[in-house]
Amino acid sequence: MPTTTIAGTQVEVNEEGFLSNPADWTQELGAEFARLINVEMTDEHWKLVTFLREDYKAMGETPTLRRVSTQLGLPVKQLFTMFPGKPAKKMSYVAGVPKPKGCV
Amino acid sequence: MTTATKKTLVVLGAGTAGTMVANKLRHRLPKTDWTITVVDKTDIHDYQPGYLFIPFGMNTPEQIRKTKHAFIGDGVDLVLAEIDKVDPVAKSVALTDGRTLSYDYLVIASGTGPRPDQTPGMLGDEWHKSVGEFYTYDGAVALRDQMRAFKGGRLVVHITELPFKCPVAPLEFTFLADDYLRDRGLRDKTEIVFVTPLDGAFTKPVASKELGHILKERNVTVETDFMVESIDQERKVLISYDEREVPFDQLVTIPLNMGAEFVARSGLGDDLNYVPVDKHTMRSTEFPEVFALGDASNIPTSKAGSVAHFSVEIFVENFMELIAGKPMTHSFDGHANCFVESGGGKALLLDFNYDTQPLTGTFPLSKIGPMTLLKESRANHLGKLAFRHIYWNMLLPGRPLGLPPAMSMSGKIPADA
Repeated sequence: MPTTTIAGTQVEVNEEGFLSNPADWTQELGAEFARLINVEMTDEHWKLVTFLREDYKAMGETPTLRRVSTQLGLPVKQLFTMFPGKPAKKMSYVAGVPKPKGCV
Repeated sequence: MTTATKKTLVVLGAGTAGTMVANKLRHRLPKTDWTITVVDKTDIHDYQPGYLFIPFGMNTPEQIRKTKHAFIGDGVDLVLAEIDKVDPVAKSVALTDGRTLSYDYLVIASGTGPRPDQTPGMLGDEWHKSVGEFYTYDGAVALRDQMRAFKGGRLVVHITELPFKCPVAPLEFTFLADDYLRDRGLRDKTEIVFVTPLDGAFTKPVASKELGHILKERNVTVETDFMVESIDQERKVLISYDEREVPFDQLVTIPLNMGAEFVARSGLGDDLNYVPVDKHTMRSTEFPEVFALGDASNIPTSKAGSVAHFSVEIFVENFMELIAGKPMTHSFDGHANCFVESGGGKALLLDFNYDTQPLTGTFPLSKIGPMTLLKESRANHLGKLAFRHIYWNMLLPGRPLGLPPAMSMSGKIPADA
């Protein structure tokens, strides 16, 4: 697995640049990931990231957009506003969890 | 003479998985010791892969529709009723007509189905007209009429959200439509657009590349990362959450798929009404007497008949161990086997499981085949056509097909070769 330096820390990332080990995540890393994809983090954004990490731990997999929306009571549209273009991918990237899997 | 209390297995849903599991277990469980009851809200049994062929006149509606009771074996009780909810603590199922069924073990096999009501603007005046679908019998028949009347323009094939049953069907529809329009001299008057929430033609790299290649060859435009928010029936456009628009003259959409509502009412489902289970045993993560088979479960593989088939075989062996007080030793590997009609009398075949994406090679025998994997061939197409007869005559009655449930790597070419 390739390693790279993010926010002064050496971390293992996969071929898409996602954090290989969710346990390596820190808020600093998260902030830097967000900066790298031009996402401005507000309290709302951090709440989402917290939920993603907690749910990933509890369920053993990254929640889908649908699950994030229903669990947090946030309309999907808003998730698109907060993480434009590819919200599921962007949110997971910032939160240091794997992309939600699209099953075959 | 002492009479031991008879035990009861209740199966909710008499589709592919439900029928197979009831029939297979009826052969294995003594009628004096076990009652097997299957519940379904309708006596109609459709061969769902046929829905794809109806719009193109390749199957008639009559060829794919039979009755459920014709396939439920002797000694299995078929109850035609609607389910209100399951009480997993009391181990009983309440039906809407007031009856209650108690169980020792429960199999939820109620499948998944299209929910057009979940996308604003999908239902409406144009539903089953310019907003078409082939995930129901009625939809497929209406779409047949639409296709007959189609004289050119924008034909848009669209996927709402993953997961949905038969993941290759939208691609198959696209390939068959390309053929159909070509045969009618309408292909150059038509723009075919494939719209998907995925970032490619399919989900796994090797298959996505092969299938994407075929789409390109057939001059199909692919619009990726498209998450539909609503459909404007008046303007005839699909609108995404990020405000992109795809106009259509004829839309063929795969609506959001959800599991049965009674699963939600029973508190047994996830956000899409699928029952969370162990992916190797199909046993509920919450209630040890409850299993989910077929499309109704949340196992992370395709929602497909072949998965139902292979997983039922594993479950049946495990169930026999379980009721004998032994540990369950059989493990389902997520095996799926999917024919992909590509038109022109050819088809591809995909073979994969939890750990291995679809790969090229031959199936089921190394080098001999006769099916080829991830490549178009006539043998594959004939295999798909023959399958309808195998389904009615061998699969549903619970007769063995001579295919082991686990996927074999024999004859496969690895992705990095």
